[in-house]
Amino acid sequence: MVRGFAILLALQFLGETISKKLALPIPGNVLGMGLLLLFLLLGLVRIEWVEEAAELLLSHLALFFVPAGVGVMVYFGLIAREWLPIVVATFVSTFVVMAVTGWVAVRLEGKGGRDGE
Amino acid sequence: MANELLQTPLFGVGLTLAVYALAQKLYLRTGKILLNPVAISIAAIILLLILCGIPYEVYAQGGRYVLFLLGPSVVALGVPLYRRRQEILARRAPILIGIFAGALTSIVVASGLAWLLGGSREVVLSLAPKSVTTPIAISIVEKIGGIAPLTAALVVLTGCQGAICGPEFCRWIGIRDPAAIGLAVGTASHGIGTARMLEIDRLGGAVAGLAIGLNGLVTAFLLPLLFYSFR
Repeated sequence: MVRGFAILLALQFLGETISKKLALPIPGNVLGMGLLLLFLLLGLVRIEWVEEAAELLLSHLALFFVPAGVGVMVYFGLIAREWLPIVVATFVSTFVVMAVTGWVAVRLEGKGGRDGE
Repeated sequence: MANELLQTPLFGVGLTLAVYALAQKLYLRTGKILLNPVAISIAAIILLLILCGIPYEVYAQGGRYVLFLLGPSVVALGVPLYRRRQEILARRAPILIGIFAGALTSIVVASGLAWLLGGSREVVLSLAPKSVTTPIAISIVEKIGGIAPLTAALVVLTGCQGAICGPEFCRWIGIRDPAAIGLAVGTASHGIGTARMLEIDRLGGAVAGLAIGLNGLVTAFLLPLLFYSFR
């Protein structure tokens, strides 16, 4: 478990370093996710080393967003002034994005089958 | 004495965990998806802080320790990706094109609607990366000139919306394939939507996790380009 956390944090650190050094628009933790996948595929990291820590974190993934959401209270004034564009754009676009993404995937899956395999 | 304790991270961390634990219990007991633990926790904490007259900054001293764990959690999404690699690889074309379509749709529809409805420049910019996971959305919005904390909050609201009714909405409009639902929910509502998908379907959850990263990547590249060319 401790080893797993250490590996996840080390990969995040590596990702942050790469992101900073190369001035990439991609944040370090997303690069870290890619690095973890790469290291697992290459066999440099074994799945048994990280799965316990990863599952613990992922089973509480939603919790870590709570403080960012509470931050909305600072902007109640702005939201009250511009509530119409904020509320409509936020909620309508989520549904449109789900519909477009889902339909595109289903359509391609149905037509091309398994990508020519 | 009590005021001194409020100034330590203990308060923010403790409050977040306690409220979330209660919210989760409520969610599991009632089984009502409307009672999404994140949405309920955020509402309850805001209400508590306002009623007790505690400023957000005091809460945030502990809150940022909870937020810190989001970093290694995003890295940990590599694990379900690795486990489901064969199924994902077999569907690479629909997954990649679907995410790209979703990322573009999100930018255009969210900021376009806000602009049409008379939103200020700052609000329009803050809404543009709203489907992207918090850490990526914040770094994007700082680059294009929106209000980062507002974006963070809208990202979380979007996530709650996707978690509460994403899978149901997808089935309602005729999308039944679990991988496609995971793709739609993950692309539109990032980590919070993914958390719900992980509860429902393993493949759908892994695909949603992939969508968080890829939507983040695509938006991070696309959005600065789009906004710089409009200036």
